[in-house]
Amino acid sequence: MWLAVILLAGCAVSGTVGSGASAKAGPAAITLQNTGSDTLVNLALAWAEKYMELHPDIRISVTGGGSGTGIAALINRTIQIANASREMSAEEIAAAKENGVTPVRFTVALDAIAVVENPRNPVAGLTISQVSDIYTGKLKRWDQAGGADRPVVLLSRESNSGTYVYFLEQVVRQGNPNGPELFSPETLLMSSSEGITSEVRQNPNAIGYDGLGYVTADMKKVAIARKAGAPFVLPSAKSVRDGSYPISRPLFMYTSGEPDGKIKAYLDWVLHDGQEQVKELGFVPLPGSGK
Amino acid sequence: MSSVAPLGVPRERPLRRRDRSLAPVTEFAIEALIRVLGFSTMGFVILIFLFLLREGIPVFFEVPLHGLFSTLWYPTFKLFGTLPLILGSVLVTIASIVIALPLGVATAVFVREVAPSWAREILKPVIEVLAGIPSVVLGFFGMTYVAPLVRELLGAPTGLTAFSGALLLAYMALPTIISVAEDALDSVPRSYRDAGLAMGATQWQTIWRVVVPAGRSGILTAVMLGMGRAIGETMAVMMVTGNAAVMPTTLAFLFKPVRTMTATIAAEMGEVARGSTHYHALFGIGIILFVLTFLINLAAAKAIFEKKRRGGLR
Repeated sequence: MWLAVILLAGCAVSGTVGSGASAKAGPAAITLQNTGSDTLVNLALAWAEKYMELHPDIRISVTGGGSGTGIAALINRTIQIANASREMSAEEIAAAKENGVTPVRFTVALDAIAVVENPRNPVAGLTISQVSDIYTGKLKRWDQAGGADRPVVLLSRESNSGTYVYFLEQVVRQGNPNGPELFSPETLLMSSSEGITSEVRQNPNAIGYDGLGYVTADMKKVAIARKAGAPFVLPSAKSVRDGSYPISRPLFMYTSGEPDGKIKAYLDWVLHDGQEQVKELGFVPLPGSGK
Repeated sequence: MSSVAPLGVPRERPLRRRDRSLAPVTEFAIEALIRVLGFSTMGFVILIFLFLLREGIPVFFEVPLHGLFSTLWYPTFKLFGTLPLILGSVLVTIASIVIALPLGVATAVFVREVAPSWAREILKPVIEVLAGIPSVVLGFFGMTYVAPLVRELLGAPTGLTAFSGALLLAYMALPTIISVAEDALDSVPRSYRDAGLAMGATQWQTIWRVVVPAGRSGILTAVMLGMGRAIGETMAVMMVTGNAAVMPTTLAFLFKPVRTMTATIAAEMGEVARGSTHYHALFGIGIILFVLTFLINLAAAKAIFEKKRRGGLR
């Protein structure tokens, strides 16, 4: 069996290499470089693939590396579009202006994470700091958070998912990305959304989180409050769009100056038809996009 | 076929003649083909091992040894402690063998010594079919039925535990253990049984005191092969053990989530950056797994070899 595992791993590696090579377009194609946020990378890839299918004359190469990497590349004029899951800082904008680049920001999708539990769990709302205490292992029983006398079973996505990192920074570390908190070692890491769904559905002790788009009707969404005393808000497309749900953020693409030509056409497509992919990948489509 | 065909058929004779004239050539070609295939299997194993070494060795330079064998596996934060993963695999594997061994040996004894021949004819193929169930199917079954059952029956916080994994692995190791143990019992000479019965022992006493002990080295081989099957199993384990990288230091951890080496590789390989420390660490785990499986198979081979050298039972 180990043989098969290693062979499979080998296939996976060579598979990615192969698909990269086969995506080469004809010599007349225009190439757009699109780099940045790892949260956005899968969505950006889905957009690029769909768009290249519709427009064979354009080639979009998407890489991750993080928002900072993408923004730095935009400042250095090595790419046309930077993906970012945060806004550019004042220093970055100043550095860009110095280099003759005027960054223009487009909000391309919204990202929200829902905290979910079993429908039999009476806990309706939690503050961010309570969720943090639960996930760091400080609160080990539900009665410490206003629930039944049951142990808490922590569920998380695997550590390489963008959702994991965002949840860690915004919730477990309460907005301080370099904070000392870590997920408790007792956290069950599920390799798929289905793993979380299935356990939350049948285990009254479980708490999990996932992209809002992945939450099914048989799980109970937990209302979240920014801090003690603040209102508890349930995640929904509406509360994400008006900004009242705390575990959400806009995702951006930055261009150098007002885009024109092919870049403008691509961004227009992303902001309208491309919102279909936003929904498919579990993000929240933009308000007014009709998706 | 050709010998059965009636002699009047027109194409019969030329075909036969050609067969005869080409016989040495075809024979040579077939022999060469078989030889190439045989050696290429060995070649592939060696190549895979070299690949594993090439991709995995760097981690031993990138991460200090005490870091590699520490207790925290947080690859996102450059903590590559493999100890929880190794112990997780060992715990699940040993537990599965403890479950599968009595079941397997008992089944082998029943099929070989007790069951009437018509029952044996039905049981043997059924047991072989067990081996063909894809592990992802078992894993899904485990996730939706076994895990909730374990949680409710044991009152554990979650059913995604080492024990659930061990149950599934035991089920998967059973066909191997049964077939090999049955062969071992089969190779116990008939005279042993006759001698036992002739001395006034009951059938049960003969089986338990004579036949099973005489086949014990074969049963040991069965255990080793079952273990090799269990430790390398990935999909089902990943789906039901919960994958929490805790240090399973006491037996109580049997009823808590653990994370195995195989599940770690499978879960994390998909999105790891090629050439990063994390990537090398995953192949490093692959090396550890390879070495463990190799040792287990070596032990199994040694048991077979010693049995043959003693020459007693076969």
